[in-house]
Amino acid sequence: MTYTTAIFYFFASILVFAGLRVITARNPVHAALYLVLAFFTAAGLWMLLEAEFLAITLVLVYVGAVMVLFLFVVMMLDINLEKLREGFWDYLPLAGFVAVLLVIEMALILGSRHFGLEVMGAPAPHAADYSNTKELGRVLYTEYVYAFELAAVILLVAIVAAIALTLRRRKDSKYIDPAEQVKVKRNDRLRIVKMQATQKPGAGEDGA
Amino acid sequence: MRHALMQFAPAFPEIFVLIMISLILVVDAAVDDGKRFLAYFLSLVTLAGASFLTLRDFSTLPVLTLGGLFIDDPLSDVLKLFLYLSVAIVLVYSRDYLRQRGLYKGEFFVLALFALLGMMVMVSASHFLTLYLGLELLSLSLYAMVALQRDSSVATEAAMKYFVLGALASGMLLYGMSMVYGVTGSLGLGDIAIALQDGTDLRIPLVFGIVFIVAGLAFKLGAVPFHMWIPDVYHGAPTAMTLFIGSAPKIAAFAFVIRILGQGLESQVSDWRGMLVILAVLSMALGNIAAIAQSNLKRMLAYSAISHMGFMLLGILAGSQNGYGSAMFYVLVYALMSLGGFGMILLLSRAGFEADRLEDFKGLNRRSPWLAFMMLLLMFSMAGVPPTVGFYAKLSVLQAVVEIGYVWLAVAAVLFSLIGAFYYLRIVKLMYFDAPHDAAPIKASPDARVVMSVNGLAILALGIMPQPLMAVCIHAIRASF
Repeated sequence: MTYTTAIFYFFASILVFAGLRVITARNPVHAALYLVLAFFTAAGLWMLLEAEFLAITLVLVYVGAVMVLFLFVVMMLDINLEKLREGFWDYLPLAGFVAVLLVIEMALILGSRHFGLEVMGAPAPHAADYSNTKELGRVLYTEYVYAFELAAVILLVAIVAAIALTLRRRKDSKYIDPAEQVKVKRNDRLRIVKMQATQKPGAGEDGA
Repeated sequence: MRHALMQFAPAFPEIFVLIMISLILVVDAAVDDGKRFLAYFLSLVTLAGASFLTLRDFSTLPVLTLGGLFIDDPLSDVLKLFLYLSVAIVLVYSRDYLRQRGLYKGEFFVLALFALLGMMVMVSASHFLTLYLGLELLSLSLYAMVALQRDSSVATEAAMKYFVLGALASGMLLYGMSMVYGVTGSLGLGDIAIALQDGTDLRIPLVFGIVFIVAGLAFKLGAVPFHMWIPDVYHGAPTAMTLFIGSAPKIAAFAFVIRILGQGLESQVSDWRGMLVILAVLSMALGNIAAIAQSNLKRMLAYSAISHMGFMLLGILAGSQNGYGSAMFYVLVYALMSLGGFGMILLLSRAGFEADRLEDFKGLNRRSPWLAFMMLLLMFSMAGVPPTVGFYAKLSVLQAVVEIGYVWLAVAAVLFSLIGAFYYLRIVKLMYFDAPHDAAPIKASPDARVVMSVNGLAILALGIMPQPLMAVCIHAIRASF
């Protein structure tokens, strides 16, 4: 076993373990932290694939920004985990059986018989001065500019959707707008009911 | 390395739609609640402008541009024109409904146009990357549209189901695509077709990838056994959104399937044909039988959508140009029928009343003979009764199936559509032979009534003269393959 193979198995086993813990951890904060671990080890694997820029971006963007935000949200929300996990153990036997079957089937097909080094051959390693970042930027803004723009449009949809779904006046809100209060007119608060100014027969005698 | 200057002209409709979306976003943010019709009006202008641009540059030969990610061929142009048309009809039908429910906001129109843009991207994609991005653009807009009615817990639940299952389907699709990439070393559909022309040593991983791709496609189409989300989403979403989901995206899904299976993986037809046969038979069986038990019209039409997608798959699994052409005809006709069916629910609804139960259609003939007649045409067409166009659409896909020697499949399809005729004709019975359930006058706006009349009469006219549309479909397929 070479040095890189050892590193690969090291990272891969941590990744699988962390991935499993994300969905089995009882505490949502722990689950989020395991997700951070999963991203971090995945970045390590990408580093092995000579995708340095992507590996660092994964750490910076996902671990550094997205997951921190995620942790904040998880801590702010009062998530009732017991309710969420209802039925977890009931479904586990069937779901576990299907999952194990799927993994075995996939292992049979995706093993080294079809995608091994003898069939595919390892790509030649790049020279030391090869710039991953530059190459990525070159294709991103030339060949794939259409896909790049589409990704940007998808982000715009996400913004519009998030605002449309969250920006609303709640019906049960007790929020008071002082400007509206100042502008209030007498007619908004007071209703004058005009009544016939006649005396009830016999009402005068009572007061006397 | 030099790059050839990109040809932008074939993508003008997409660029125009994106510019107009941005404009509507800005305009709608600047005006107050009384002027929401501006967004409505500008959306219709966008559709008209895009139609003009597509018609002006109507292509006769496939043009590959934007780095090989974008293809402009007769197939994509014809489908785009039908996409504009169905989105426009959706906007007209749903205007009053949205206004009565406080959903008449710029966001609805912006999201609808974003979804349209996603469908346009899917329709003229020639690369797995653009196919996937277009699909996500469409799906994300649809999830948001379903959830737009925030105070309705049913709509929120439907959106959640749609989102989770949609994400799962996207994952399957991506996994299958990655397998195909592993085997062929390319993501471009043209390159994949060339790489697979003479067979491959990696047949098993390729079939493995195709299984995942077909599963993902079936999820998006709503074919059994990947159909579970359809009834809940159709039922839970506000009817205007159901109308949208049930029409134009079906056309885009057809293009999606035809691009991947028909163009990219054409040489593997013997592998995916068997999978599609299973999907088609199960969809027709479950869709038609489960629809009988429904008392909610939206849910019934959802099961009917499942069975119609099964029928459409019959044309695709034929794997011939005739088959693709008849599947295209089928999906265009289905979009028209679906627009009419859900549109009728919208026309009959009013503030605080959804008109989506079967009993709400009781005695419609006495309340409005003309609308009842339109609904009769739509139901006859969905059931496949001549002389409506649904009959011809079914006939042409069955012909394609018989051509490849699957006579038993055609017989099964006919039997299932006979079962299906029961619940379509039940609506007709309710409308004509039962006493009205409520006698409130129908308050549909005149423009929606006119569009509904055109919609219903088009079903009849196309049924009497199906040849022009069929010729367009066959021509589009011939010129693009």
